[in-house]
Amino acid sequence: MKTSELITRRRMMITGLSSVGGLLLTGCSKKLPPSYGNILRMGDTLTYAAHQTLLPGQKLVKEYTHRDISSFPATGTTNPGDPNTHNSSEVYRNLHRGGFTDWRLSIEGLVAKPGLYSLADLKRFPSRTQITRHTCEEGWSAIAQWTGVPLSRVLDDAGLLPSARFISFYSYDEWADCIDMLDALHPQTILAYGMNGRDLPLPHGAPVRLRVETQLGYKSMKYLQRIVVREEFDDGGKNGNIQNGWSWYAGI
Amino acid sequence: MIDSSHTIAADSVVADSNVVQADRTRHAPWVKASHWIVTISFLTLAFTGFLILMVHPRLYWGEVGNDLIPAFIELPISRNHQHGGWDKSTPFFDDEASPVSANRTFDIFNKNGWGRSLHFLSAWFLVLTGAAYLLAGVFTGHFRRNIMPRPAELKPALFWNDVIEHARWRIPAGTGGPRYGLLQKCSYFGVVFVGLPLAVITGLAMSPAINAAYPFLTGMFGGYQSARTVHFFAFVILIIFLLVHVLMIIASGFKRQMRGMTLRGKHEN
Repeated sequence: MKTSELITRRRMMITGLSSVGGLLLTGCSKKLPPSYGNILRMGDTLTYAAHQTLLPGQKLVKEYTHRDISSFPATGTTNPGDPNTHNSSEVYRNLHRGGFTDWRLSIEGLVAKPGLYSLADLKRFPSRTQITRHTCEEGWSAIAQWTGVPLSRVLDDAGLLPSARFISFYSYDEWADCIDMLDALHPQTILAYGMNGRDLPLPHGAPVRLRVETQLGYKSMKYLQRIVVREEFDDGGKNGNIQNGWSWYAGI
Repeated sequence: MIDSSHTIAADSVVADSNVVQADRTRHAPWVKASHWIVTISFLTLAFTGFLILMVHPRLYWGEVGNDLIPAFIELPISRNHQHGGWDKSTPFFDDEASPVSANRTFDIFNKNGWGRSLHFLSAWFLVLTGAAYLLAGVFTGHFRRNIMPRPAELKPALFWNDVIEHARWRIPAGTGGPRYGLLQKCSYFGVVFVGLPLAVITGLAMSPAINAAYPFLTGMFGGYQSARTVHFFAFVILIIFLLVHVLMIIASGFKRQMRGMTLRGKHEN
């Protein structure tokens, strides 16, 4: 009798706690990335929330001079069309062969005019050139000059809807990632098609890569294919950083 | 051993008649709690920090540093050490001295997915506990009374005397409480006000988001890679402190000192 009472009480407590937790989670689901009960991901979320709350938003990162441009390793995927890699893309191989004239960046989701943007379309927008430091999670850094169109300009052209909260990116080397609106509308967040005064080289993400200067290098996705504007956070599934054991937020 | 520490404990009560209320033979509960939280966070930070360093075991000075640029120090601590897995390099510009690009062909060791997240999670414990400790240290008078060397103590002769005593391995038995020797005070002062804060500040100086908000943080160390190098040396110094600290705890009566920092209650000796 006593035992069953205890179990009941314990069950009640567990049910109560988990429903409170559920409520909290629901309340946060739009703003914060999921942790899947992983304590490391909870720490990442704490860092993200602290940065959002404590740091003044939209400050520009330091820009350097032409003299500061340094050697720059190309890591991760260096050619998505290479047939010898596990994530080889035949579509990309053909686009590369054709000098990327047939490459189109798809912009979908919560925009008034979803559409396809060619390289020429992107180059018609006013461009921005910035010399910034790329900081890799591995511990190395490099400085390069990037030329491209501010992401905010392209989103504006596509007609960003008021419910937009996150921008998801998909690449030809099968990565998926997203950034929040604060980073998406940051003046230095650009879709870069030029590096050090030339076309973006193949190993660095040709024809167009993302530059998110307020976060680590892995957020600046190479080989862009598709952009989706969302209201809800999307972890990118098995191609995203969270399910691969990495922090979604890389501002630290 | 136990007898002599009793004498010291008695001495301290008589000698410090100006701090009647402070029991300098006992650590305050908040000191014990923060000591152990910081210990666990520091050990986790040291372990994950080493793991992160293994991914790129090269240190530089200035803003930039990578495998295509000569390093200031190279540490042989993982298979990533001088792995040499790079394709032929391509210059960015036409001149001779042009910076280059090269593709990495080597599958590097990299556990930063959990390594970095665990590092920052531990850092949260260190920073929050550290902040509470610093406030409590100021407001309870703990720093003034126990950590800061008194002006009268700051004499070369007294320093020299304490150095000689340590060198001759004449370590006085510990009281298990905050009644510290001169070198002991100086090393605790160094860890609390210099070592750990420097590790935290250089750590923050490496964050791209904090860089954007407060560029002077990185600037005052001379760049991102300099901050990373200083962060590493702060870790080395703190590890040396930890080893000496443990050695001194053993030398001054391990059992009593450990009981002093853990369970020993108010009326227990």
